[in-house]
Amino acid sequence: MKVVIMGCGRVGAELAALLDSEGHQVTVLDIDSGSFRRLVPTFKGTALLGDGTDEDSQRKAGIEEADAFVAVTQGDNRNVMGAQIAKHIFNVPRVLCRIYDPLREQLYQSLGVEAISPTTIFAQILKGKLTKTGE
Amino acid sequence: MYIIVVGGGRLGYYLSKGLLSEGHEVLVIEKDPVKVERIEEELGSICMQGDGCEGAVLEEAGSERAGLFVAVTDEDEDNLVSCQVAKHKFNVPRIIARISNPKNEALFKKLGIDVTVSATNLILEHIGQEVPTHPLIHLLELKEGKHEIVEVKISPDSPVVGKQLKELSLPPGSLLILIIKDRGITVPTQDTTLEAEDRVIAVTSADREQALRTELSGS
Repeated sequence: MKVVIMGCGRVGAELAALLDSEGHQVTVLDIDSGSFRRLVPTFKGTALLGDGTDEDSQRKAGIEEADAFVAVTQGDNRNVMGAQIAKHIFNVPRVLCRIYDPLREQLYQSLGVEAISPTTIFAQILKGKLTKTGE
Repeated sequence: MYIIVVGGGRLGYYLSKGLLSEGHEVLVIEKDPVKVERIEEELGSICMQGDGCEGAVLEEAGSERAGLFVAVTDEDEDNLVSCQVAKHKFNVPRIIARISNPKNEALFKKLGIDVTVSATNLILEHIGQEVPTHPLIHLLELKEGKHEIVEVKISPDSPVVGKQLKELSLPPGSLLILIIKDRGITVPTQDTTLEAEDRVIAVTSADREQALRTELSGS
């Protein structure tokens, strides 16, 4: 599978390493070349300096042949913009996007972007752990 | 009309001032408390502190009854998102987004934001009108010496189209530093080929400028 990851933060770099080690073809896009230091030394994919909210950068990252696009920068708005470009301009089959704000998560789900809010998920995990210990 | 303006920077400030003087009811939504304070001091209590991309903030602002929603922050992606929230969650009938990257005009349209205003495009158009056939634009004059940085557009009938950099005879002291093509910017090497519609950024000196223009544009 060909995957383009927008944002080489901790999550982006970790996801890139996981997919890469399973033999997927990964391109990571970030506006800060310094963030590529987070990639594991064994990473065989491509690290590309570029803005994921820019069509040309996505094209350079090979979005036209990509099977999936994942937006995991620190900015919710950058993520939804990048995700919408991938989905509606380049028709990438699978587009995932991180949105910290749970309210926007719902809105973008309804606009057809597969949005995931770590805020909601993590709060649920914490609650689950707490209530288990309390038993 | 009730108008919501997202972004209380310079543009948001002057825009709100203009709208107020035309008798509209205006609410500015701005993240930065310092900017909020400045607007309130100068224009009255028309400003709300908050993130104009958040549904809860737009709800508190009474977006349902807004007749017009204008997003003018510095960031294109923020303007896109707040406009999409206003349109899809609150059904604001008219939406305008400011964009900085001219390419986003088509993108925003595709994503449902029909009216965009791009200062970049407006200024570019004006330059095009002011200097219609001028193939050389001054970008920067260096204070310290006689050097300057210029942009030259390669017209389709230029003699250098299809030539590699090493085949050119540039005037001494001139150097092509960047080539802007449709597909992106490249730092040229001696093997780079010039194509029609390329924009070349070059460093040259005032007295060699004419020679550089002649070499690149043939006139």
